[in-house]
Amino acid sequence: MSSKAAERRLVHGTGKEYWRRLRSEVKRDKWLYLLLLPGLIYFIIFKYLPMFGIVIAFENYVPFSGVLGSEWVGLKWFQYFFKFPAWVTYLTNTLILSLMNIIFYFPAPIILALLLNEMRSLRYKKLLQTLLYVPHFISIVIVVSITFVMFGPSGIVYGLTNQLLGHPINYMGSPDTFRWMIIGQTIWKETGWGTIIFLAALTNVDTQLYEAAMVDGAGRLRRLWHITLPAIRSTIVLMLILRMGSVLDTGYDHLILMANPLNRKVSQTLDVFVYQQGIQSGQFSYASAIGLMKAVVSVTLVVSSNKIAHLLGEQGLY
Amino acid sequence: MSQAMLANDNKKKKEIISSGPVGANATVGSRVFDACNYLIVTLVAITTIIPFIYIIGASFATEYEIATRPMFFIPQDVSFNAYRYIFSSNKILRGFGNSILITVCGTAINLFFTVTMAYALSKTRLRGRNFFLNMVIFSMFFSGGMIPGYIVIANILNLKNTYWSVLLPGAISAYNMMIVKNFFQGIPQELEESASIDGCTDLGVLWKIVLPLSLPVLATFGLFYAVGHWNAYFGAMIYMTGAKEKWPLQVLLRELIIMSNGTAGDMANMDADFVQPPEQSIKMAVIVVSTVPIMCVYPFLQKYFVKGVMVGALKG
Repeated sequence: MSSKAAERRLVHGTGKEYWRRLRSEVKRDKWLYLLLLPGLIYFIIFKYLPMFGIVIAFENYVPFSGVLGSEWVGLKWFQYFFKFPAWVTYLTNTLILSLMNIIFYFPAPIILALLLNEMRSLRYKKLLQTLLYVPHFISIVIVVSITFVMFGPSGIVYGLTNQLLGHPINYMGSPDTFRWMIIGQTIWKETGWGTIIFLAALTNVDTQLYEAAMVDGAGRLRRLWHITLPAIRSTIVLMLILRMGSVLDTGYDHLILMANPLNRKVSQTLDVFVYQQGIQSGQFSYASAIGLMKAVVSVTLVVSSNKIAHLLGEQGLY
Repeated sequence: MSQAMLANDNKKKKEIISSGPVGANATVGSRVFDACNYLIVTLVAITTIIPFIYIIGASFATEYEIATRPMFFIPQDVSFNAYRYIFSSNKILRGFGNSILITVCGTAINLFFTVTMAYALSKTRLRGRNFFLNMVIFSMFFSGGMIPGYIVIANILNLKNTYWSVLLPGAISAYNMMIVKNFFQGIPQELEESASIDGCTDLGVLWKIVLPLSLPVLATFGLFYAVGHWNAYFGAMIYMTGAKEKWPLQVLLRELIIMSNGTAGDMANMDADFVQPPEQSIKMAVIVVSTVPIMCVYPFLQKYFVKGVMVGALKG
């Protein structure tokens, strides 16, 4: 640290020397700068240009006039969004789906990791893990396609429940089933893969504790509850806090595949609304304004949840 | 990587001890626990895999059998009609070709951009390095969002309806690049120094010394990127609206199975030959065909990805 400061003082000593030195260093590392260039250009064009493009949220952006030439309208789009009561629906849909995700999906990988961790036969465990990880690598389009083929009107699950209950359930086109289908797909796709981070945390459990507990006559369930679970508590808390930070993000790539006019009432979350307004209807400025609002709230949530993590003595995200 | 291996060793050691009394010493309670545990996890694994088995089986069945038999894994009358249809459909074959093209070119672009930037940033002597690193890290936490990104690609760069619209926007994953950078930093400096004394430029050192040492890492991240490209649909869907002949398989699949279901409101956008919903067996066969490539690389994926997640997790 101090040597760095000293170096800086030395370098900044005289303006002339600074430039001379800079030139010779850049010349020495010219190949490195050349290697840096493609990546640098990529980040400027595809990451930083869009960040500055956010200004269209305050404009009446018309592609023909461009970002710089479009009319400035201030907070018009923000006011427009809150003018109609529909925004409550978008927010509620977002929060309900997120909370359902936290209640039903979040614990699934933890439970499965604990169960896997208790398996004695390493070989059998590996085999099961191999099967459990498969859906993570399947694209979401295929997952939704499989759902349509099995739960759609000519699908096998549709037929079976129809016979069993005596009446059909419209799995794919009803507001009552939409959220459960989304959660179900998420659980099916990601639970197995989600175990990895908890299994990694489980490798740090102090094995002497198990021996001590065994001597004390603690059964398997007690050991699981009193030793294994507390050992991964910090990982669980961390993951939960991070998840809370992204409570407004429902994602759109999964939802827009499942959304249709029949379940519109519940499928329109903020993310889906931004997609529909911006990309499908071409309301670029309006959609950007909603996206910006969401991003601001999300960043606030992530930062504050990270603070909470620090307060709880966890490492946090950064 | 070594950290991950260490964790693995620990895991093995622990499992032997933690799994409780073994053999004759096992209490009744412990055995009941084991039995329940094995049963539950096995059932979960079966649930995970059963849709695939059903779909593979049904893709070889006749339409009549799919409609009449409740649940089966091996069809009574094996029929290749669905596959015959797929492989005679220009549309699907072209989609398959597009997916391969996008995956191969996209992964090559990814690796080039990731490796060059990671190597430059792995040199601590590089002036401005901290600035560039912070620039990358900031972009991991904050982004312009969907719409400004769309405007840059569609309206400013004019990439709509070109392959570039799906190849370039994700050229570098900041997260992957940082891991590769960390790996480069871990390569012993002496190796590179001896080469540069022999008159190698930085470019030569990267090509002759660093890359050959990094082949496993490149394979890992190549797979990461390749699977991402194969599975991607969103970019192609929004940027290639006017170039259906360039659609990858995933976008085609969406049209063929999800939109043709009659629940979507977008029927007007569909092609004439897909307005009639295709037969169940054809849908299943398309699902199988587009999943096969992933299954072919799955053994490697599992090996490398788990390690990648571990490294990422350990490095924080």
